[in-house]
Amino acid sequence: MNNRLIHWFKYASPQSFYPLAGKLWPWFAAAGATFAAAGLWISFFVAPTDAQQGEGYRIIFVHVPASWMSMFIYLVMAAWAGIGLALNTRLSGMMASALAPTGALFAALSLWTGALWGKPMWGAWWVWDARLTSELILLFLYLGFLALQAAIDDPRRADKAGALLALVGVVNVPIIYFSVKWWNTLHQGASVSLTKAPAMAHTMLWGMLLMALAFWMYAIAAALARVRCIILEREGHSAWAKHELE
Amino acid sequence: MKRISTIAVLAAVVRRDLTIALRQKSEVLTTLFFFVIVASLFPLGIGPEAALLRRIAPGILWVGALLAAMLSLQRLFAADYADGSLEQMLLSPAPLGVLVAGKILAHWLLAGLPLVLMAPVLGLQFDLDGRGLAILALSLLLGTPILSLVGAIGAALTLGVRGGGVLLSLLILPLYIPVLIFGAGAVEADAAGLSAAGHLSLLAAMLTLAAFFAPWVTTAALRIGLE
Repeated sequence: MNNRLIHWFKYASPQSFYPLAGKLWPWFAAAGATFAAAGLWISFFVAPTDAQQGEGYRIIFVHVPASWMSMFIYLVMAAWAGIGLALNTRLSGMMASALAPTGALFAALSLWTGALWGKPMWGAWWVWDARLTSELILLFLYLGFLALQAAIDDPRRADKAGALLALVGVVNVPIIYFSVKWWNTLHQGASVSLTKAPAMAHTMLWGMLLMALAFWMYAIAAALARVRCIILEREGHSAWAKHELE
Repeated sequence: MKRISTIAVLAAVVRRDLTIALRQKSEVLTTLFFFVIVASLFPLGIGPEAALLRRIAPGILWVGALLAAMLSLQRLFAADYADGSLEQMLLSPAPLGVLVAGKILAHWLLAGLPLVLMAPVLGLQFDLDGRGLAILALSLLLGTPILSLVGAIGAALTLGVRGGGVLLSLLILPLYIPVLIFGAGAVEADAAGLSAAGHLSLLAAMLTLAAFFAPWVTTAALRIGLE
């Protein structure tokens, strides 16, 4: 048996992952705060005012990274779910349920900031654009996952049922995305598109990337902190967890 | 022990479910009348203007069919779960996937097919022409089996779970959206003078995909629920 392999799988046990997560999450939180400070500074003070959209465009520094993260977290969540189903590891299910609220938060944030951006730019809080609709459906998928997990009392069953739902969702996401896209192109009402100003200034791109990194670090930190709570909740009966709580 | 052929197992499950359902006809009829009533509420709420009704008919009839199919999903496994026969199915030597496929087929025959047959009649109320009615029926014929197949996954996941019915709708309705879009889209495309073939082909593709994967996923969900 390969020695290194065993070392990595050591952290598949909640007991050994708990202190690791405890050590890691403050670092990710600090990195997130640093990136957010730099990103916000660029987005408010360095990035030039957009010629067409004025100052209002600055919300995309939150909006675009939030949308990216909402989709990416769903993929990561489904990956953890798949690992959990395939290898029957307890920690994978806990990671999936720790990621879900953060993903739902980003999906909601993306929709909300999108509405704030849409009102001055398009003159409407909401249009039935393909991207908006699929983001809304993504939020529904997150909420379904959370609701299913909350409804099942046995945590192991909740993990597995949630994992199956997440995987079905991940298969469906491309189908939903393309169906919504085609449906929209067939019935194009207003000629709106989410494509930004053709040549984005470099500083704008930097601001957006920094904010994306900040959100990424925040998501990792939040998931690790949350998974620690979940581990303690579920392992509360074991000796080490009792010792930890004292 | 004599091996029973897969087709025989499938036929036995379908026959059993149909027999049980036809002894309590009210449940099948309730779903159908739900569909009729929902479809009839819209003209009352919106007004009797024929041009408007003709325009919104595909969407309304499809949403009605979606809700009606979902309403009947809860009892797909619930009765068998309650009286323990689902556990026997899990233990039986016949592959569970085939048993589940049989139950889904029976569900479609009881809940989906009546909707397909009823929809043209309701379409008349919405002033659809003969061609529109035919395409509506065809799109429902292709689409309602997908509703049963995908819905079975949700029904299996929410088996014996608190607040199962509402939860089921929360899980399943987002997954139904592509079917709704292409089903209603087929009729609308035809009304707009375009070909409905593209929409119908995509529905057929989704049906094939769902028919292949959904019984398998449902089986996994049932094993999780009953372990």
